[in-house]
Amino acid sequence: MTETSWPLWEVFIRTRNGGSHRHVGSLHAVDATMALHHARDAYARRGEGVSIWVVPSAAMTASDPGDRDLLFEPAATKIYRHPTFYEVPDDVGHM
Amino acid sequence: MRGSGSALFIYLLRLGDNALMLGHRLSEWCGRAPVLEEDLALANMGLDLLGQARSFLTYAGEVEGKGRDEDALAYLREAGEYRNILLVELPGGDFAFTMVRQLLYGSLIQRLFEALASSRDSTLAGIAAKGANELAYHVRHAAEWTIRLGDGTAESHRRTQLALDELWPYTGEMLETDEVEHALIEQHIAVDPSRLRQAWERALAEVTEEATLQLPRQTWMQSGGRVGRHSEHLGHILSELQYLQRTYPGAKW
Repeated sequence: MTETSWPLWEVFIRTRNGGSHRHVGSLHAVDATMALHHARDAYARRGEGVSIWVVPSAAMTASDPGDRDLLFEPAATKIYRHPTFYEVPDDVGHM
Repeated sequence: MRGSGSALFIYLLRLGDNALMLGHRLSEWCGRAPVLEEDLALANMGLDLLGQARSFLTYAGEVEGKGRDEDALAYLREAGEYRNILLVELPGGDFAFTMVRQLLYGSLIQRLFEALASSRDSTLAGIAAKGANELAYHVRHAAEWTIRLGDGTAESHRRTQLALDELWPYTGEMLETDEVEHALIEQHIAVDPSRLRQAWERALAEVTEEATLQLPRQTWMQSGGRVGRHSEHLGHILSELQYLQRTYPGAKW
């Protein structure tokens, strides 16, 4: 088996109408069309999904795990950002 | 119109054996494909074909009425009793060969199945309708690869053109009809493949043009598989395919 230099793609699948696309994994493919084909074989073999997106992994920008505190910690102390001060009438049911 | 000598039985064997042998050829790629993604794709397509073979052979067994099931028909016949075309028993070859064969076979049989979906035989129609969807995907996959390989590097172009030239003389058998089909066509059970030829050739021409490949001109066509005259390659397939059932008769998972 030879080394391959095919680009990496991230795969997103929407499992039902009205839902949102969710990241399911990644794969190698020569181009976008073939990436869709491979995604169908690798991630949609059991009928899951109504739509597939593939995105070149190189086009994704990810946060640095080391920046976690910087990005998310401040939110923890700002309780007014959480809607916990509202009284929900019983009749409303699920919110 | 039932029984082992019936036209329907032989017609079902022809359809089922094609799928069985081509599915087996694809399964030979398992673990050997150029990349993992393609390994999955080839195995998927092979399993689709195996599923079609099971449906056709199960129904063939019922039509024959001698109590033979799909396993008896798949594993316990002699080479001369198989009715597949020669195209599907040819040894694997390289990746280009595999994709070009899938394209040549799939694009005609998909059309055949689409037409068979309105067969007067409702069981046959049901199997064909399901298979047509599967083959549509095989064709798209094979066409995409044929285009990329044909219009790729000098080496991939050379190999793909070579595959097309080697395989072309084996395509004529898909368009043949004999008294088996004639009887069934008259009853609106089978479909005359020759009326699919134009659309098939046009679809092929579109792919080969984009792939910068030359579709071979009319040539002498190989024939014989449909009546049980096979190449030596079928014997090699059977020695592997039938090994377990021959060695341990009745073995079950």
